[in-house]
Amino acid sequence: MNKKNIIHLACFTGIVILVQLLTQWTDTAYYLTQLTMIAYYSLLIIGLCTLMGYAGQISLGHAGFFGIGGYISAALTSHNLIPYQENTLVKMLNNNGFLVGREDLYGEALLSFHPWPACIIAISFTFITAFIIGIPVLKLKGHYLAMATLGFGIIIYRVVLATEVFGEADGLSEVPGFQLLPGLVVSGDFGARVENYYIAWSLVLIGIVLLLNLTNSRVGRALRSIHGSEEAAEAMGVNTARYKLYIFVLSAVFAALAGIFLTHYNGGIGPSETGILKSVRYVAIVAIGGMANIWGPLIMGVILNFMSLRGMLGTYDDAVFGVILILVMLFAPHGILRLNIWEKCRTIFPLTASKPTRLKENQ
Amino acid sequence: MTTALFFQYLFAGITYGILYAIVAIGFNIIYNTTGIINFAQGEFVMLGGMIAISLNTFLPLPLAILLSVIITMLIGAAIEMFFIRWLEGPSVLRMIIITIGISILIREFALHIWGENVRALPYFQGNEISSVNIWGTNLSPQVLWVIGTCSVMVACLSIFFKFTSLGREMRACSANRVAATLCGINTKNMVTFSFMLSAGIGALAGCVMSPITYTQYDGGTGLAIKGFTVAILGGLGNSMAAVAAGLLLGIIEAFSISVVPLAFQDAISISILLLILFIRPNGIFGRSDIARLKEF
Repeated sequence: MNKKNIIHLACFTGIVILVQLLTQWTDTAYYLTQLTMIAYYSLLIIGLCTLMGYAGQISLGHAGFFGIGGYISAALTSHNLIPYQENTLVKMLNNNGFLVGREDLYGEALLSFHPWPACIIAISFTFITAFIIGIPVLKLKGHYLAMATLGFGIIIYRVVLATEVFGEADGLSEVPGFQLLPGLVVSGDFGARVENYYIAWSLVLIGIVLLLNLTNSRVGRALRSIHGSEEAAEAMGVNTARYKLYIFVLSAVFAALAGIFLTHYNGGIGPSETGILKSVRYVAIVAIGGMANIWGPLIMGVILNFMSLRGMLGTYDDAVFGVILILVMLFAPHGILRLNIWEKCRTIFPLTASKPTRLKENQ
Repeated sequence: MTTALFFQYLFAGITYGILYAIVAIGFNIIYNTTGIINFAQGEFVMLGGMIAISLNTFLPLPLAILLSVIITMLIGAAIEMFFIRWLEGPSVLRMIIITIGISILIREFALHIWGENVRALPYFQGNEISSVNIWGTNLSPQVLWVIGTCSVMVACLSIFFKFTSLGREMRACSANRVAATLCGINTKNMVTFSFMLSAGIGALAGCVMSPITYTQYDGGTGLAIKGFTVAILGGLGNSMAAVAAGLLLGIIEAFSISVVPLAFQDAISISILLLILFIRPNGIFGRSDIARLKEF
C-alpha cells in the first residue's frame, strides 16, 4: 500500500463520515437509506471493475451472482422449518446452533437458518458456481464471453422466476435482519439507520483495501498484463487461465456479498434484481467510471445510483443509462473522469499547443 | 406420443426455428462485413412488428408491412451512421458495450411510444381459430405464412449474395476488407448496407411472427440471445448452416416442453448455447482451423 493509496483511503473515509454528519446537521437523515443501498451496489461495482478493468474480461452476468447470494440467504433465513422439525438433518442443524427460532408478525413460531450460516452457505455456493462456470467461460473471448455471461444471467433469472422456493415473480419478503455482532444488526430498521450506513461503507472500505492490495501485487500485475495482451502475458509465463478464474470468482463473491447484505437490509429481494438490465447497468457504471481504476466507477456508481434510487430519472431510468453508456463509449472510452478536456481542445485547435514548442526550436 | 402430437410439436419447432434462423442470419450479415456482433439485432424484429401494428391502423396490411420494413431499414442505416461508421479500429469490448447501449435505447424508446401492452398484427388469413389440416395435425394458416416467407427470404438472400454484384461486393468485404477497398469497393457503404439488410429481414420476420408470438417492447433480448445461439451453433458467419441450426434449436425447444415445465424453456436453449460455446465454439458445422483465423 503506497502513500497515494493511503491518502485516497483517508479522503474516502473522511467523505463518508462528512456525508453522515451533513445529513444530521441539515436534518436530511432519510438520504442515508439510499446511501446505504448505494454502498452495497458499490461493493459489486468495485469487484466487477477489477474483473473488467484489470483483467479485461467483460461479464454481463453479475446480477446473476448478486441474485444467487441474495436469494439463497433470503430463502434460508425466511423459510419456516417447523414442519420439518422431526427431520434428522434439521434436528442436527438445530442442535449445532445453525438454526434460530423466532416469532412472526402474528406470534407464530418460526424456525429458520441463522443469517451467519446462511451467509456462509450462500457465499460458498456462489464460489462453487463461479468456479464451475468460470473454467469454461473464461476460455472465451470478446463477443463469446459477453454472450456466455449474458446467458448465465438469463438462466439465473429464469430459474428464480420459475422456482417456488424463491417466490417466483413475487420474490421473497420478510427477510429478517442480519445480526453481525450482538447489538449490530443489518436491517432496514428506522432507528439503526446511522449504524447501517457505517456498516455498509466499512464493508466497501474493506473491499477497496483488499482490491487495492491485490492490484498492486504480483496478481495485479499479472492481470494487467492479461488485459494488455493475453498472448504476450502467456509467453512471459503468466498462467492466464488461473489468474482470470481467480479474479472472476473473487468478483462473483463480491457480488454475492452485496446481494446478501442488501437483501437483509431491504428485507426482501425480487427477480428484477437478477435481470439483464441490472447486469448491463453495472457494466455501464464501470465503463462510465473508466475501467482501470477503482475510484472512477465508485464515484460514478454513487452519483448514478443516487439519482436512480431517488427517482430523479423518472421513467427514463434505463434510457438514461443507455444514452450515457453510448456517449461515453463513443467519445471517452477510457471513462468520463479520464476525459481530458484540455487535451480535446488541443486536438481541435492544434495551433495553440504547437506554438510554444516551435518557438523553442527557433531559438 | 401420438403422430398428430408429434407433428404439432414439429411444426411449432419449425416456426420458431426459422425465426431464430432469420435473427441469426441478421447477426451473420453484420458480423461478416464488420466483425462485430450487433446486440441490438433482436430489437429490429420487435421494431418491425411494432411499426407495422401502428401503421396497420390506417393502412392496409401489405402496405403497412412494406413501410415498416423500409422504416426499420432506415433506422438500421441511421444507427450505423451515427454510432459505428466513424469509429476507427474500435476494440471489441467497446463495440459490445455500444451495441448493448443501442439495444437498451431502442427498447426504452419503444416502451415510451407503445407502452407495456402486448400487441399483435391481425392474422394474414382467417383468424385465431381457423386451421389447416396437414398430416392429421391442425395448423394455423399463419404458421404456413411464417415458414413460407422465411424460406423465400433465405432463398432470396442466398441468390443475392451469390449472383448480384452488390452481394458479391459484400462478400468480398467480408473475405478481406483491405483487398476489397483496393478493388474499388466502398467498404463503409457496404457496412451501412449490411445494417440495412439485417434490419430489413429482422423487421419482416417480426411482422409475419407478430400474430403468433405477439410483439412487446422487451421481446428483443430473448430473440437476440437465441439468434446468437443459432449463429454459434451453425458457425458464426455461415448463413446456410444457421438455417439448419435454427430449425434444430426450434425443434429441441418445442419437444423440451413435453419433458420440462414451460418456464424453463428459455433456460434450456441458453444452456445449449453455453454447452456449444464450451465444447465447440466454432459451431457444429464450422471448422476449427477456419475459426482460428477469425477475430472475436
